[in-house]
Amino acid sequence: MSSGILVICEHEGGAFKKTAAELLGKASELVDEIGGSVSAAVVGQVDTASLGAYGAQTIYVATGEGLDSGTTGARVSALQAVIAEADPAVVLGPVSAQTREAFPRLAARLDVGMITECTDLRAEGGAIVARRPMYAGKAFADARVSSSLGLITVRPNSFQPPAPGGDSARVQALAVSIEADDQVGRVVGTEAPRTNTVDLSEADRIVSGGRPTGSAERFDEVIRPLAAAFGATVGASRAAVDAGYASHSEQVGQTGKVVNPSLYVACAISGAIQHLAGMRTSRVIVAINKDPEAPIFQHATYGIVGDIFEICPLLQEEARAVLS
Amino acid sequence: MKIGVCIKRVPATDTRIKINDPSAGVDLSDVTWKVNPYDEFAIEQSLLFREGGVASDVVLLTVGGPEADAQIREGLARGKRGQDASKAVRLDDPSFSGSDALGVARILAAAVQKEGIGLVLTGKQAVDGDSAQVPAMLAEILGWPQVLEVEKLEVNGEIIRAWRPAGGGKREIVEVPMPAVISCDKALNKVRYPTLPGIMMAKKKPIEVLGAADLDISGAVGASGARVSESNWSLPPGRPVGRILEGDNPTVVKELVRLLREEAKVI
Repeated sequence: MSSGILVICEHEGGAFKKTAAELLGKASELVDEIGGSVSAAVVGQVDTASLGAYGAQTIYVATGEGLDSGTTGARVSALQAVIAEADPAVVLGPVSAQTREAFPRLAARLDVGMITECTDLRAEGGAIVARRPMYAGKAFADARVSSSLGLITVRPNSFQPPAPGGDSARVQALAVSIEADDQVGRVVGTEAPRTNTVDLSEADRIVSGGRPTGSAERFDEVIRPLAAAFGATVGASRAAVDAGYASHSEQVGQTGKVVNPSLYVACAISGAIQHLAGMRTSRVIVAINKDPEAPIFQHATYGIVGDIFEICPLLQEEARAVLS
Repeated sequence: MKIGVCIKRVPATDTRIKINDPSAGVDLSDVTWKVNPYDEFAIEQSLLFREGGVASDVVLLTVGGPEADAQIREGLARGKRGQDASKAVRLDDPSFSGSDALGVARILAAAVQKEGIGLVLTGKQAVDGDSAQVPAMLAEILGWPQVLEVEKLEVNGEIIRAWRPAGGGKREIVEVPMPAVISCDKALNKVRYPTLPGIMMAKKKPIEVLGAADLDISGAVGASGARVSESNWSLPPGRPVGRILEGDNPTVVKELVRLLREEAKVI
């Protein structure tokens, strides 16, 4: 009988991502109500010592030839093997490039339900109910899986990571062989990010600029240094991206990235419904806009009515002074 | 090589969402329908491949009733004569209604096989449910490789080279052999919108309707086969009323940073 929660713990550069602790902590709360235990799935070699402290009782470490290739098929094979071994009722993973590719394939292969991009989880009647945004956050609904196994992805920053406890976990190594059909394709290269900041969808602080920045040069002069002063990732409105002031990968909104930071600073962004859809779950929203009637002010925690070309340099200086 | 482009009709992105009955979902009675914006990039890419000699034919595929014909025609109206989509296939059957993502992927997979398609292009997600599951599920059912959220694409013979986001702002360059499924993101190309001759041309193109009896579908579809159910719909929780900071520029800036640090504790 399937029971408990298996958490996919992603790592990079030898360290676990913050999502691993976020999800393990939430899973530990949920198993109190749905039964079973919390286990962790780790693909590839990494030091797993830190995971037990967040509530994992068993850590499955999948290794095998071809797993380092980084292909989707290899990851699907590995996760399939871990799921077979752990036999959980629910698999939780972070929203990430990896789970986006692997989870739907696993769901189809195992003939089970999948729920994407949840922002909250709760237990009800011994099962998990996932709250998720749709229509780019303009609506929310509860989603439930009726199959014996459910695959669920959760947005980064949805839960506070718990304080680490003292428990240690049992580590179980799994030698995985990749199925022939999963060996198709290869990763032939990686392009480094253009900036050294955190990806928008994982960012804890974001500073975004709109079209009134006026040009790519002025966007670079006003928005990027302000973001740097806050230690934030740069975002942009669709209008600014379409005008060529910022790249598409920096677009926040319904046809760009949906973001969930603690701090979102919107500079000269009026707050079109498609933009609000992409950032409305931000914990604190700061709006700086010349137009006091701009819709963004209705969503802002703090608003400044004024010209970004005057405000932003002052704000940059003040943020740098306070944060350095 | 024949390209299949999966498209979906969705409410326009500027739709103000209304929910009348929390158990019934979004009120779609007064909505302007559009081709899913990400599917536009898939259509455009299929036309670029047609013009570049990579594809011999383009077929649009959609799951839905006759109400989707307007958006199908919008898709068929793209491109130059002779280098455009030749037809659309609409997958419609009472037993399809209530399908979840896996059900939709099974229906599409059967149609892809029936049509002899060698490359499937889709949008990265539909902007209604935002679940982004169908492309990879479709690939899995077909036993094909996939690359998702592709921002750049090249075809060299039977090999597709695709650039996809890899987290942390990185991009991975992935090579997969055809047949394959590719889901398209905004940066991939610049969409050309229909011209008047294109719209006239699209009116004459066939929209074939296939039902369950015409397709060899493996696995359950429709509401009875759905593994995921949704309930308790609501609008997003309202935000607490914020405040406008008053004073001259140096004052409000100092006050803002103080509030972010001491009150909101986010910096």
